[in-house]
Amino acid sequence: MRLIVSELACERGGRVLFSGMGFAVAKGEAAMLTGPNGAGKTSLLSILAGLLKPLSGAARLEDARGEESDLSEEAHLVGHRDGVKSQLLVSENLQFCQKLLGSPWLSPREALATLGLEHVLGLPCAYLSSGQRRRVALARLLVSRRPLWLLDEPTAALDLASRALLTKLMADHLASGGLIVAASHEPLGIATQEIRIGEG
Amino acid sequence: MTRALLALVGRDLKLATRIGGGFSLGIVFYLALVAILPFAVGPDLNLLSRIGPAVLWLGALLSTLIGLDRLFQADEEDGSLDLMRMSGVPLEAIVAAKGMAHWLASGLPLAVAAPLFGLMLGVEPLALLGTAGSLVPGTIALTFTGAIGAALTVSLRRGGMLLSILVVPLMVPILIFGAATAEASRPGALNFTLPFLALTALALAAVVAGSVVGAAALRARP
Repeated sequence: MRLIVSELACERGGRVLFSGMGFAVAKGEAAMLTGPNGAGKTSLLSILAGLLKPLSGAARLEDARGEESDLSEEAHLVGHRDGVKSQLLVSENLQFCQKLLGSPWLSPREALATLGLEHVLGLPCAYLSSGQRRRVALARLLVSRRPLWLLDEPTAALDLASRALLTKLMADHLASGGLIVAASHEPLGIATQEIRIGEG
Repeated sequence: MTRALLALVGRDLKLATRIGGGFSLGIVFYLALVAILPFAVGPDLNLLSRIGPAVLWLGALLSTLIGLDRLFQADEEDGSLDLMRMSGVPLEAIVAAKGMAHWLASGLPLAVAAPLFGLMLGVEPLALLGTAGSLVPGTIALTFTGAIGAALTVSLRRGGMLLSILVVPLMVPILIFGAATAEASRPGALNFTLPFLALTALALAAVVAGSVVGAAALRARP
């Protein structure tokens, strides 16, 4: 599986954020997007998730035989808008994600245990701290198996122990042949190719 | 896909009945509207019973508008909508499922409560039944017509006012056929089936139009 981005340009609110963007991420590799605030990192991730139409160019995901697959069905996106419902229990949130996204992998309990958060399983998400909430959003990566992880500042609000867990999670994902594209201002602890957006 | 849609309907019903959900909002508004009407019109039972079905229909329409603005907005704000768009389920089906869940939580209760509220207006038993019966397809039509407006105003904060302006004109035909159906259930009226079938046809058309147009509007949002 291979993610290929070619000649990508993105426009938001009448302003061209970037153009001529091109890179490729192969199986087991990670790319890190860096650049100043407002440079278009989140927009690029939205394009890679199939949520936003690029101005020109294309991003596509090819499997080993060179066949193209649908980005939005092969990717996980964890960003600032975390998709966690405050009124629902943590377990309900993750069960819903599992059924919605398909290809079930770990159970919600196992996924939370991996992130050291098993004790909040029966709590409403409104009671969680922002770091815990972020970890619940990250647990989504584990309840349903998808090859491409798109992470928008995944370390935001996480404490040191959780960052270490996340690093291990990402390393395991890469080792099992996954792909990661992450936007971050801090090193992620895994080997990455750096992609700079904007002049900065 | 069916599994995903069922999960979505279940989740929306749960959200609607939890604290902060819109389950009770519409029905309380409906009750308030019907309860204060006699104070404005006066205690003329004949008049009340004559305008009763129309009032019940008008009340149901206005109650449907309440809470419609949150139909997609709540999911847009916290990123759940992006999650749904990445599920591989066509957005049209997602809009239809969300509309159905919204109807189950806030439209159907209006139809069920209508005969009860109608008693307060002294509507005859047969007309009560007819009004409730007409409100079942009627609220479906109203909800899905409203879904178009909800999808168009999804990224506007406090978009409820714009939403009402957008969808109320579209709801006029539903109100006309709905009130006609309720009226036709009165003893001595000519034919109940005909306006009821027309109303059901409107409801089916609204489900299709609401899902397709709603999905297109959600895709086009900035």
